[in-house]
Amino acid sequence: MKINEFGIAFSTINGSGSATANNTIQRAIFKMGIPVSARNIFPSNIQGMPTWYHLRVSQKEYYGRLEKEDILIAMNPETVAEDIKKLNPNGILLINSSISPPGSRNDISIVKMPVNEILEACASPSNLGIYLANMVYVGILSFLIGIDLDQVEKALEYHFNHRRSAVDPNFNVVKQAFQWAQENLNQDYGYKLEALDLNKGRIMIDGNTAGAIGALFGGLQYAAWYPITPATGLAEALNEYIPRLRTDPSTGSSTCVVVQAEDELAAIGMVVGAGWAGLRSMTSTSGPGLCLMAEYLGLAYFAEVPVVIWDVQRVGPSTGLPTHTSQGDLAFSYFISHGDKDFVILLPSDVGECFEFGWKALDIAEKLQTPVLVLSDLELGMNIWSTDRFKYPDKKIDRGKILWEKDLERMAKEGNKVWGRYKDLDGDGIPYRTVPGNLNAGSAYFTRGTGHDDYAHYSEEHQDWENNLLRLKRKVESAKELIPQPLIVKDQKSENGFISYGTSNMPALEAVDKLSEESLPVDYLRIKAIPFTQSVEDFLQNHQNTYVIEANRDGQMKNLLCMNFPQYANRIHSIARCDGLSLSAEWVCNQFKAQAGKGA
Amino acid sequence: MDANVKRSYPNAIGYTRSDYQGLPTTLCKGCGHNSISNMIVSACYELELQPEKIVKFSGIGCSSKSTAYFLERSFGFNGLHGRMPSLAEGALFADLSLKGIGISGDGDTANIGLSQFKHIARRNLPMVYIVENNGVYGLTKGQFSATAEKGLKLKRQGENPYLPVDIALEAIAANASFVARSFASDPKQVKELIKAALSHDGTAILDIISPCVTFNNQDYSLHSYSWGKGHEAPLHEVEFVPPREEITVDDFERGTIKEVTMHDGSLIVFKKLEREYDPTNRTEAIRMLEEAIRRNWLITGLIYVDPNAPTIFDMYSLGDEPLNRLSAEKLRPDHNALEMINMSFS
Repeated sequence: MKINEFGIAFSTINGSGSATANNTIQRAIFKMGIPVSARNIFPSNIQGMPTWYHLRVSQKEYYGRLEKEDILIAMNPETVAEDIKKLNPNGILLINSSISPPGSRNDISIVKMPVNEILEACASPSNLGIYLANMVYVGILSFLIGIDLDQVEKALEYHFNHRRSAVDPNFNVVKQAFQWAQENLNQDYGYKLEALDLNKGRIMIDGNTAGAIGALFGGLQYAAWYPITPATGLAEALNEYIPRLRTDPSTGSSTCVVVQAEDELAAIGMVVGAGWAGLRSMTSTSGPGLCLMAEYLGLAYFAEVPVVIWDVQRVGPSTGLPTHTSQGDLAFSYFISHGDKDFVILLPSDVGECFEFGWKALDIAEKLQTPVLVLSDLELGMNIWSTDRFKYPDKKIDRGKILWEKDLERMAKEGNKVWGRYKDLDGDGIPYRTVPGNLNAGSAYFTRGTGHDDYAHYSEEHQDWENNLLRLKRKVESAKELIPQPLIVKDQKSENGFISYGTSNMPALEAVDKLSEESLPVDYLRIKAIPFTQSVEDFLQNHQNTYVIEANRDGQMKNLLCMNFPQYANRIHSIARCDGLSLSAEWVCNQFKAQAGKGA
Repeated sequence: MDANVKRSYPNAIGYTRSDYQGLPTTLCKGCGHNSISNMIVSACYELELQPEKIVKFSGIGCSSKSTAYFLERSFGFNGLHGRMPSLAEGALFADLSLKGIGISGDGDTANIGLSQFKHIARRNLPMVYIVENNGVYGLTKGQFSATAEKGLKLKRQGENPYLPVDIALEAIAANASFVARSFASDPKQVKELIKAALSHDGTAILDIISPCVTFNNQDYSLHSYSWGKGHEAPLHEVEFVPPREEITVDDFERGTIKEVTMHDGSLIVFKKLEREYDPTNRTEAIRMLEEAIRRNWLITGLIYVDPNAPTIFDMYSLGDEPLNRLSAEKLRPDHNALEMINMSFS
């Protein structure tokens, strides 16, 4: 008997409304207090192609992807022969009785679900038929593994915003199917849920929405965007939450503007313009859009304009796999734009950090007067995850070094500091800026992507150019103090270390535990941001071998670490792959053993 | 009063004309762009605009460089090639009381920037958008731009095989609310049109033929001084009348003038020349531009205006206080709001 520790695959056809059924199951299990996660694997298509939903319950609180699952809900006749190969021995196939089950496995149980008969018995409104079919498996599965029907109803209420006209027909089918299962399935299938209390104080949300809400709590004032999967939800969530969070109910006026641009070239131009003019500004995109933003990002870096760019990564290069996940944009983000530059990159690894980095990124960008890239991915952005309730920002909004009329007057009166837009008055590489609307006669300056001196005057003087670039480099040291610090997740004084980041944290965490159970202790450091800080270097120094775990082909983080810390390059190894799926702990463990074994 | 008499004296808000000047130009002697810069200075001085209330934008090219050569006391942003409109679409939201002046060229607008040009027109962002149009790339030394006429011969390029893009026609097709064309060697008209543009509540597009004396000023070139002088066909005489001035129509014969009242109460007065022309008629504007192409006319004047078209700012509900002056407290929702968010996701 497996209790609270197994995986379920739902194989359906996209456009058939299975998302409602699947999300209902995830939420009902969540409400039972059991840690649960789910990944939607879907095609770049609107209707008629295969789609899968992979749900994992884990009372050990592991959220990484499983290579194989224990229960398969088969609603798509075209894929069942392949799907069934990924069932563990002793698994269960729940199959729509109109599909003939493949005879290729005799080590699993098969339950034929009389979907049409159950639907007929429900006398549901016929226009809902196709959508209600999925509620049949919700009911049967609920009986089979013990999902609390009260929680299923509550989950449906949540989904349909308490509209009884939608909840009732759906829940009616669920109950009918449950009853059918009760009457017909009397053997023990070996998988059970037992209610726990592990989700107290937790919420369920997708990364895109979490990032958007974070930005609105970070005082975002201007966002421009262009539709692109998987980033679209982030901008749409801004539009959804501005009326609630950033609109004065008495006057109806809002403090945040969202513009849908004509393309990503314009989206980045708009936010650079807004950031320059003193608005907290942000855009959200994915790889192809980020490519188009490269030139303006170089200008923003050089002209020192604060902007935040969310890259919800998908698989590239090129159009790639638009609906599949990867961590393949890291190296591009690091090197984006021609010439010398350094970009601050934040790497959220869960939806809680999407919220947190959502507001922090705006502070960091304004304090450093530089672009900040936040690298999320499809896995995080478009799936619903559980996290601790969002914590209110622990720091006040910090607008950085902005001078208004009274500040310039005071400086003039004190007379010890003469302001120049690009003059380093504090020795931290960060100059003071004024913004349009400042009416002080000395406030205006001319911003350009060409060479300039401390006073923003055009200059082709070689020394001016070099001085300016060296000052910009000094900002990197200031950045190290502002960015989220790396986290030592596991320290067992092992000679082997893991480094990971973003969503690869999920398999990395689990792999570290699994290896410990096999008496192969590994330490683990999670990087939350770039530039790399001293503790990253210390970690590399303290381990004979460090393995960098990430979802891209080339081991991009590994390469950046080797480049930044060449003295340790021969001790840094890569555990990386890119096939459009997130990594699994099982695969990470196997890779580690193979590589470590070779090294020994 | 004669503007030349006025210029050395402070205007009503206390600024002399030199307060509106910029750095010395580095463009070629005789370049049409310098004359346009001068007219921007005059227009702002005469309209009594506070220089600090104006924001300059430009893309890349000779024309875009010129934003440094006027209004030194104004903020300016020299952005990327063809992508000045997007900068302005972000920046001008910061403080709606600011006036934007964008300077672009024919390459910057009609080649690399055609998309952003058309989109700013359809969004109707309140700002002045001047295209200093000479049909040629200057900074890269003499290549055809998209406004160069078919058959134009340039030294190292041979003959231009393509038909040109008509900036005014593109603007109207994109639903621009203010479209004018002028000629750099007609400074009075340029100045009046700039004043009208600065008073327009929407994107005011000025396509100004501004000859490149170094690379494209041959007599046969459609962007040369001599061709322009020989073919200029003004649609009307334009005079701008600020809101508070009495209209004195004595100069005009009664029955031959037409007025358009702008959003801020100012008037644009049109004196009829050879033919009737109604600049508020979009269909007529398109027809006139087509006719001008067929007949080789350099039509100048205000081709089309809709003073009441909704702007991009009308699409948002923003408060009176400029967005970029809002205190941090006004930008962060309170604890209660986060509590509601947490509740709604649990």
